[in-house]
Amino acid sequence: MRNPLRDPQDRRLPKIAGPCSLVIFGVTGDLARKKLMPAVYDLANRGLLPPGFSLVGFARRDWADQDFAQIVHDAVREHSRTEFREEVWRQLAEGFRFVPGDFNDDEAFDALRRTVEELDKARGTGGNHAFYLSIPPRFFADVIGQLKEHGLATSEGDSWRRVVVEKPFGSDLETARELNAVISEVFPPESVFRIDHYLGKETVQNILAMRFSNTLFEPIWNANYVDHVQITMAEDIGIGGRAGYYDGIGAARDVIQNHLLQLMALTAMEEPTSFDAKNLRVEKQKVLESVVLPRRLDLTTARAQYTEGWAGGVKVPGYTQEQDIPKSSRTETYAAITLNIESRRWAGVPFYIRAGKRLGRRVTEVAVVFKRAPHLPFHDTSTEELTQNALVIRVQPDEGVTMRFGSKVPGTAMEIRDVTMDFAYGGSFTETSPEAYERLILDVLLGEPPLFPRHEEVELSWKILDPIVQYWAAHGKPDTYEAGTWGPPTADRMLARDGRAWRRP
Amino acid sequence: MIEMTGTTASAIAAEFVRARRRAGSPAMGMVMTLVFVVDEEDAEAAMQAARTASREHPARVLGIILGDARGAARVDAQVGIGSGWTGETAMIRLRGEVTRHPESVVVPLLLPDSPVVVWWPTRAPDQPAEHPLGRLARRRITDTAATPRNKAKAMLTQCHHYAPGNSDLAWTRITHWRALLAAALDQHPAKVTAATVSAERISPSADLLSAWLADRLHVKVERTTSEGPGITEVSLETKGGPISLVRQDGKLATLSVPGEPDRPVALKRRDIDELLAEELRHLDPDDVYASTVKKMARTDSPSRRARSTRRAKTAS
Repeated sequence: MRNPLRDPQDRRLPKIAGPCSLVIFGVTGDLARKKLMPAVYDLANRGLLPPGFSLVGFARRDWADQDFAQIVHDAVREHSRTEFREEVWRQLAEGFRFVPGDFNDDEAFDALRRTVEELDKARGTGGNHAFYLSIPPRFFADVIGQLKEHGLATSEGDSWRRVVVEKPFGSDLETARELNAVISEVFPPESVFRIDHYLGKETVQNILAMRFSNTLFEPIWNANYVDHVQITMAEDIGIGGRAGYYDGIGAARDVIQNHLLQLMALTAMEEPTSFDAKNLRVEKQKVLESVVLPRRLDLTTARAQYTEGWAGGVKVPGYTQEQDIPKSSRTETYAAITLNIESRRWAGVPFYIRAGKRLGRRVTEVAVVFKRAPHLPFHDTSTEELTQNALVIRVQPDEGVTMRFGSKVPGTAMEIRDVTMDFAYGGSFTETSPEAYERLILDVLLGEPPLFPRHEEVELSWKILDPIVQYWAAHGKPDTYEAGTWGPPTADRMLARDGRAWRRP
Repeated sequence: MIEMTGTTASAIAAEFVRARRRAGSPAMGMVMTLVFVVDEEDAEAAMQAARTASREHPARVLGIILGDARGAARVDAQVGIGSGWTGETAMIRLRGEVTRHPESVVVPLLLPDSPVVVWWPTRAPDQPAEHPLGRLARRRITDTAATPRNKAKAMLTQCHHYAPGNSDLAWTRITHWRALLAAALDQHPAKVTAATVSAERISPSADLLSAWLADRLHVKVERTTSEGPGITEVSLETKGGPISLVRQDGKLATLSVPGEPDRPVALKRRDIDELLAEELRHLDPDDVYASTVKKMARTDSPSRRARSTRRAKTAS
């Protein structure tokens, strides 16, 4: 039966998820406290969570429900984006449950099943439960096996069970396939939500809006006009407390495989027939499938480790001096690669992708650099300061779009220099625009998959990256760069060989 | 803030440019011009709400204060650009004959080629779409619940004179109620046979909510009076029992559905800036509001009133 109160014209009415609960494994972790719990509160505050929504924590702690509620309360107070309101808290408060236990503890999972069933009765969650695995991937098999064994993975009737996993999705093609095998044995593909929080960011979704809602950009979005594309993700911080995870993984596998290749796919893909999950995936997949690596990886890639130096006015240690990092570590903290996309649109346009820690400043951006005008009817000296037109999509921080073009310098001489036009998406919108995790959690509860990569995309990304990482592993040690600079000289030489240079973002 | 006395629209426009230069020509990215028309006493509150709303929708905000219509025409203005918010603001005070031609001051200050929204925070013209300022706008926002006197009549007047692009904050106030009721019916697809809306005696929002329910559900909606604040209860009768949403304190509501436990849900009465921000999110005509006010106007039409009186007489 059609709901008479719903009308497609009625765009004021938000989509509110049906009654359900979110079960978080690894509830004591940073991600849960800083992102997930605040996002749940912010969603409730915006009126997007169903009445009766319940949050279940699972961890090896001797907590009662109230202790857990206190943890959530503190996390929300400290990290939520919207103001704290007592009535919103009261809406949520009755739905907090905590289940103590290990991942291999049968009794704990029995208790979890009873908790979930109790919620269905006491809170009317209707058998709809999402399991958020905010835990290291080596525990996935245990937890997913337990969910299956205790009947938590299967739903009855119209109700649903979903599983949410965070990166890393494996550390190479083989492990990614193993991981997927573990998950897909229990959950069907449409119930698996892989979180790449970059895709939940407004500016990343804005790439699609900008490309496909305008006539201005699409005609020049091809090899006829584009010289090359630079995708950068720079962090000013070191590895901090992530030594255990980071060492042996490195910059390429940590962020290029997921965030940056997704950004590349969105920048390079053809227009999808619609914005539903399937059509978006088809187009992204086509891009990833047509990526070809250059033949000489020694000339077209670069990697390095940061050394001791001054970053932002603070003296910081080098990578191998960080706590828990072996002196002999060969893990790269900076990676730059060159990719070619073999399609009519992009033939001959290199995509330079770089990521690193302890770089000049924190920034993520996609820069589309255009060719120079074929003819300049000016004296050579008048265009000395004119470089190439560029369109830059800043993903974080300070979200926005800038366009660089030439303009006359005031005065009697005809002199042309670069000017930058800046659209600050962040200046205004972001203050009220939701966090990526809010959007993604809501989409999980609504069952809307467009913003989540499927395992096909994950595997294709590893296919692109694996040969590079293997090449590096077989060829000596990474170069070095001083902390607080923009990477090693080898990366600059890599672009200089093509007659290009990195932007200073 | 620059004070300008005895000024003109072009001087105000020039001041916008100078103010922006002084700020180092920051990127503005404004998406609309928001004009509000208000009395002196409500001007500061309205400007505050408009500024807060323009964080989400960067705008040039023009506050028009209509003063005494007697005497020589005079335009005074306070012009500023955002520090702490995006966009530009001008509070413009009109006196004398120019109060009858406010559009002559506003037209030169509209941002090129972008939407114009006019908002009457308190008293609104009976026919906003025919008002000289309303005619400039794509969206005309009234607030019948903030009308100083006779809110119910003000709301009916707006219903009778609806034109595409009109909207009323009394309608915006019930979005969350409507969302929760719609979601409740998503979960429990049952045929609704009757409905009740309880609210304080005078509540344009409650009347609109009743009209919306009647229009969508094709049932009779009973409107009962309670102590408030605002709307206190909506209940939908179904075969399995009532679906009800009860809010006694203006903050936390309880959703009751047959066969399921009662559940608390936050349902705060929102501030003006939040309502305004919601209004500015969609600038095309609100078809659901249009259909609701049509229902409202039909129910209120003189013939219908006569008929129901006649029926009442026959019954007695």
